[in-house]
Amino acid sequence: MYDFNYHKPSSIDEAIQLFTDLEDAVYLAGGHTLLPSLKLRLAAPTDVIDLAGIPGLNGIDYSGDDLKVGALTPHDDVSTSPVVQSVIPALASLAGGIGDAQVRNRGTIGGSVANSDPAADYPAAVLGLGAQLVTNQRTLNADEFFTGMFETALEEGELLKEIRFPKPEAAAYVKYPNPASRYATVGVFMTKTSEGVRVAITGAAPSVFRATDMEAALNADFSEAALDGISLDADMMNEDLHASAEYRAHLCVVMAKRAISQI
Amino acid sequence: MAEQSIGKSVLRKEDMRFITGKGQYTDDVNLRGQTYGYFVRSPYAHADVGEIDVSAAAGMPGVVAILTGKQVAEDEIGGLPCGWMIHSKDGSEMKQPLHPVMAGSKVNYVGEPVALVVAESFVEAKNAAEMVSVDYSERDAVVSVTDAQSAPVIHEDAPANTCYEWELGEKASTEEAIASAAHVTTYELTNNRLIPNAMEPRAAIADFNPATEDLTLYTTSQNPHLVRLILTAFIQLAPEHKLRVIAPDVGGGFGSKIFVYSEETALAWASMKLGLPIKWTAERSESFLADAHGRDHVTTAQLGLDAEGRFVGLKVKTTANMGAYLSTFASSVPTYLYGTLLAGQYKTPNIYVEVDSVFTNTAPVDAYRGAGRPEATFLLERIVELAARETGRDPAELRRINMIQPDEFPYQTPVALEYDIGDYEASLNRALKMADYDTFADRRAASEAKGKLRGIGFSCYIEACGLAPSKVAGELGAGVGLWESGEVRVNPTGSVTVLTGTHSHGQGHETTFAQLVASRFGISVDDVEVVHGDTGKLDFGLGTYGSRSLAVGGSALAKAADKVVEKGRLIAAHLLDEDAEKIDFEDGEYRVKDSNQAKTFQEIAFAAYVPHDYPLEDLEPGLAEKAFYDPGNFTYPAGTHICEVEIDPDTGVVEIDRFTAVDDFGTIINPMIVEGQVHGGIAQGIGQALLEGCVYDDMGQLQTGSYMDYCMPRADDLPSFAVGMTSTPCTHNPVGAKGCGEAGAIGSPPAVINAVTDAVGVPDITMPATPEKVWRAIATADKNAA
Ligand SMILES: Cc1cc2nc3c(=O)[nH]c(=O)nc-3n(C[C@H](O)[C@H](O)[C@H](O)COP(=O)(O)OP(=O)(O)OC[C@H]3O[C@@H](n4cnc5c(N)ncnc54)[C@H](O)[C@@H]3O)c2cc1C
Repeated sequence: MYDFNYHKPSSIDEAIQLFTDLEDAVYLAGGHTLLPSLKLRLAAPTDVIDLAGIPGLNGIDYSGDDLKVGALTPHDDVSTSPVVQSVIPALASLAGGIGDAQVRNRGTIGGSVANSDPAADYPAAVLGLGAQLVTNQRTLNADEFFTGMFETALEEGELLKEIRFPKPEAAAYVKYPNPASRYATVGVFMTKTSEGVRVAITGAAPSVFRATDMEAALNADFSEAALDGISLDADMMNEDLHASAEYRAHLCVVMAKRAISQI
Repeated sequence: MAEQSIGKSVLRKEDMRFITGKGQYTDDVNLRGQTYGYFVRSPYAHADVGEIDVSAAAGMPGVVAILTGKQVAEDEIGGLPCGWMIHSKDGSEMKQPLHPVMAGSKVNYVGEPVALVVAESFVEAKNAAEMVSVDYSERDAVVSVTDAQSAPVIHEDAPANTCYEWELGEKASTEEAIASAAHVTTYELTNNRLIPNAMEPRAAIADFNPATEDLTLYTTSQNPHLVRLILTAFIQLAPEHKLRVIAPDVGGGFGSKIFVYSEETALAWASMKLGLPIKWTAERSESFLADAHGRDHVTTAQLGLDAEGRFVGLKVKTTANMGAYLSTFASSVPTYLYGTLLAGQYKTPNIYVEVDSVFTNTAPVDAYRGAGRPEATFLLERIVELAARETGRDPAELRRINMIQPDEFPYQTPVALEYDIGDYEASLNRALKMADYDTFADRRAASEAKGKLRGIGFSCYIEACGLAPSKVAGELGAGVGLWESGEVRVNPTGSVTVLTGTHSHGQGHETTFAQLVASRFGISVDDVEVVHGDTGKLDFGLGTYGSRSLAVGGSALAKAADKVVEKGRLIAAHLLDEDAEKIDFEDGEYRVKDSNQAKTFQEIAFAAYVPHDYPLEDLEPGLAEKAFYDPGNFTYPAGTHICEVEIDPDTGVVEIDRFTAVDDFGTIINPMIVEGQVHGGIAQGIGQALLEGCVYDDMGQLQTGSYMDYCMPRADDLPSFAVGMTSTPCTHNPVGAKGCGEAGAIGSPPAVINAVTDAVGVPDITMPATPEKVWRAIATADKNAA
């Protein structure tokens, strides 16, 4: 780790101001992605702005239509929240399947979503449930948020405040973990809403995506059998030591069927 | 009188300090004025090294010195030696290219040390290391074992990248036996390369005292005396009596901490040059790159059977990867620790094995838990399995009819070893029972009803432990003796300090050895303290590897303890005014036969140190004895492992449903510790079979350089193991122990692969049998069935 300056602002405005003023700053949430990259010297910011001191960014609220989760809410809070467990159980179970207990106690939903790791779990829920992402300057739809590998629609310095999940009719998340890292090799978030089925897949491709062929088939017939003829294009899949593109494409269908069986 | 503790699961004396974070590891040691070392390592697998420009780095804050491989050469510091000479078939000596402490004009693997930066803090050393600029001209890398002998040459003194071409056994008779066999099974296999991953990374502190010219080296070693011997006799860094090597608490080794590496050698040299203490602790990434790796064989084998299924001949050709240089014991692993084990538990009359060892542009490869014996067992137990399938025989029965019988010991194998004792069928029978083999078909049907595949796999392994009879080792090329030493010091109050030349780095010697000695004296285990890991405290020892500690080191202690008992008898005879022959020692008391006249062990100890009433004319005061023990033979632990798996055909994910291990380790001192060793070994074996695989790309870059990609087994990958024991005590050592540290890692991989291939219905799946490989194999099996 190289030396950097540490800041702990107490408001969003102060955080934004710091980010604008400082040379090469980065926000710190749970630090479970950022700190490893600092330690490995893959990132070398001049300044780190810790969001932990800002009130109101951490918490779960279901007083209105949507389930609102503050950006700084740790995975463990989401997975063990009785509110999340009753409103969107699939979201709680997804959070409970991230990393290990230490990771879940530090890592945050905002950090995971802002990072847009192709193998992260949360992006599948955000896209699958059609969530809204509230930042310090606007509200974005999930469909426009994830733009590529480690890329999102967030602008320089734009700060994610909250994620709003509409309550689905039913949802399920099934993950095939990478045996070494336990991140998702393929993770399928399957959602039934009044407007139709949404299938979001993480891990398989450079960024989380919606499997539109699957959605069409399932809108016609919501059953495992409806996916029998479907195959995903291996050319758009990731490939690594643990899973070839072809195997990943295959797993997408298997995991989607398993998600259906859970609904 | 204390309770007899042999055979009891006494809780480990060392655990309190380990589980409360109070262990003292090398990195916990901090010396006054200590500086920090950081190594500049080669980013290329194969490159010429031009100029090394240290000017920018030298000006960085905190930098004390920057030393390069060129300076090592100028100071005439010798290369790192390999301690085992292997001769090729043609009688020529193995090729041993210079293994420099830091690279000179060429680097030969990614991670090879090129320069050492010494600074006042770790971060300053690391920062400066980044500023050292090395002018590399990259060459093509030799990575694959199979291509190595036809690839460009890495070391000019090793043509065709070949270290040696070794053979063992009778070629002509083996070929004849196979040619006339009723059935021949052929098997081509790869034994996957592994990275050891001890929990504690390697570390060292070298501390040269310019006033006394004493050099102290703290290091994460399994054998501190060997480190001292190599640094003094071979590398000639310091005179032996001026070098003290301390291996304090060490967090796991699995072989990787046997060897003398570049880093501690460079540190010792630099500390002498600079007159400063220097500490280095590997980062995990450095461990992946620069710890000696394990396994990495490519093999073709043929097994001939007669019409009744009896093995008539086994012929093996292996190419073994040595990596870029010969590590300390690398040459012995694919030869005398491998070829000699190919008889297994069977009476195969003709065996011939050829091994070519080759250099590649990868990290050095050396002994890793089991060292050669897992490779032999994997080959043998897989080819036997294939033979059973091909000839339509029950795999357990085929093994049974070929096993050496209890009345056939001592048994001379065709590959040099003479097994002293064993009862292989006893372990097989016990394991079959524990694994419910009879009802396997029902479980398979139940799995099939759920759409799953189920398979069962056996492995009847043998290993040679208790390294080793020095004479035999010397004849086979070892550069050192392989006896062990022990010292038993009875203190005036009757408590006992025990010193052993073996080293505990997780195995629980502080408890097992205390039990061994306490039982000999009839005192409490709590009254025995075991000291190890410091050349300043014990004269010499050969360390821990090859499951030798109890069988060899424990035997030395038993001998020393027996000497103490005999001396005590003389003291007792004097005090009790009786002939020594009339005095029995039992349960901690010297007693005159058939009388109630007695002296306790403590009374004798006191008399020995306060000799007011003592036979001073005939006997020296004091009560401490040393012993050296050189074993008469290897020991031969053996057993049966049975693995049962259930496979999800949609994903290829393998779940180990049951794992049974029945082992014969001879006499057992502490069953809990032995079971723990078996558990750990099986976990590593399952890791090799299903999860772990070291991968280099074509350029020699390590692809599995972190836990994100190198898959270590975790608790939830493993079932609860069913572990059972049988026992035929070793015939030639005073403890009766055979060794249990490696058996789990030796026996388990073939059991797992036999089970997986049985479930899928294919002959082979290369380790690690990852879900994708299994899924593809299922597709192949389905196609073949269709
Ligand atoms: C051992 C281990 C295992 C893991 N396993 C998994 C797994 O199985 N599945 C999985 O999905 N993840 C896994 N993770 C990642 C973990 O969930 C991370 O915590 C998460 O990806 C990032 O969240 P964080 O709060 O730690 O963010 P940080 O590391 O603090 O930040 C990550 C990035 O997001 C930015 N950022 C953070 N918060 C905001 C915000 N509110 N607005 C704008 N930008 C922001 C930061 O500037 C930084 O660039 C694992 C991590 C570790 C260390």
